Amino acid sequence: MNKEYMHIILADDDEDDRLFFTDAFEELKINTKVKTYNDGAELMDYLNSEDSILPEILFLDLNMPKKNGIECLHEIKSNPRFGNIAIAIYSTSSSEEHIEETFVNGANIYIKKPNDFNTLKKVLSDVVTINWQYQTSGLNKDNFLLRM
Amino acid sequence: MKIYLKFDFNTICRKVLEDRLNDKNIKYRILSFGEVEFLDQISKEEQKALFGELNEYGIEIIENQKSALVQKIKDTIVDMVFSERDVNVKASVYLAEKLNHSYGYLSNLFSEVTYTSIENFIILQKIEHSKQLIVNDKLTLTEIAYRLNYSSVAHLSTQFKNTTGITPSQFQKIISKRREIANKK
Repeated sequence: MNKEYMHIILADDDEDDRLFFTDAFEELKINTKVKTYNDGAELMDYLNSEDSILPEILFLDLNMPKKNGIECLHEIKSNPRFGNIAIAIYSTSSSEEHIEETFVNGANIYIKKPNDFNTLKKVLSDVVTINWQYQTSGLNKDNFLLRM
Repeated sequence: MKIYLKFDFNTICRKVLEDRLNDKNIKYRILSFGEVEFLDQISKEEQKALFGELNEYGIEIIENQKSALVQKIKDTIVDMVFSERDVNVKASVYLAEKLNHSYGYLSNLFSEVTYTSIENFIILQKIEHSKQLIVNDKLTLTEIAYRLNYSSVAHLSTQFKNTTGITPSQFQKIISKRREIANKK
């Protein structure tokens, strides 16, 4: 019954991962508009442009050319205009150090990229649903930490 | 020649609404701004025609009752969790009695609007509350488990981990590191 769209952005240099990601969202029942960017520089150019539509959730791959995920995270966190964006790290790494570092630097969600499509759909659906609760139920975003 | 106009939007909207409704010979009562009660049954066709006409004026019918009820469910849950009252009956019975609808109805409506179940929403709220108690009140997990009516600390930690993917102590560590960084700036 919700007619509104949730805006989602993914920055990832791997073409297959981008495709996999957009396909998964198409199969979810939540209405989403998904945009993808090939690297961190492209992403930041878009976000910084004046007429950009800011997403509710931004998925960031860590290893990207030109500007990596951590650099993007720092830039986004230091700009108050982006204060409402939930940031999800979307990475193949599951090193505890990486995970803690990204959380400490302001990421809200850490997703280890799943290997199969059904798991990916389940993970993305859970992430979007929980994020939706934070947006609509007045929960404290500072305490929003989620690892999938 | 040029003239300057001042609009009273409430009056305009009310007039449009009254004109459309009178035009259709519908018996109605305007309850408050943005709320109209139909005094007679009106058919689906009449509804459709009326809503279509109102739409042309930019007036949209919102499924207000549903959203309002969902909001009430949320408020009741939040109040239940944050007051730390031990609700002696099951949450389902409590909600049904308080809101005067069957739990089945509430539960379906809730899932339809929020994409999550009432059960999950209660768990999420309890975990959010325990996060606050960890961060702001520096309570131990044992104290929190007691206050939020968990049967054991283990039950709380497991639910925390299942809901957030991290343990309560990892959560605490990350938040305090974030604060250290913020303080340095």
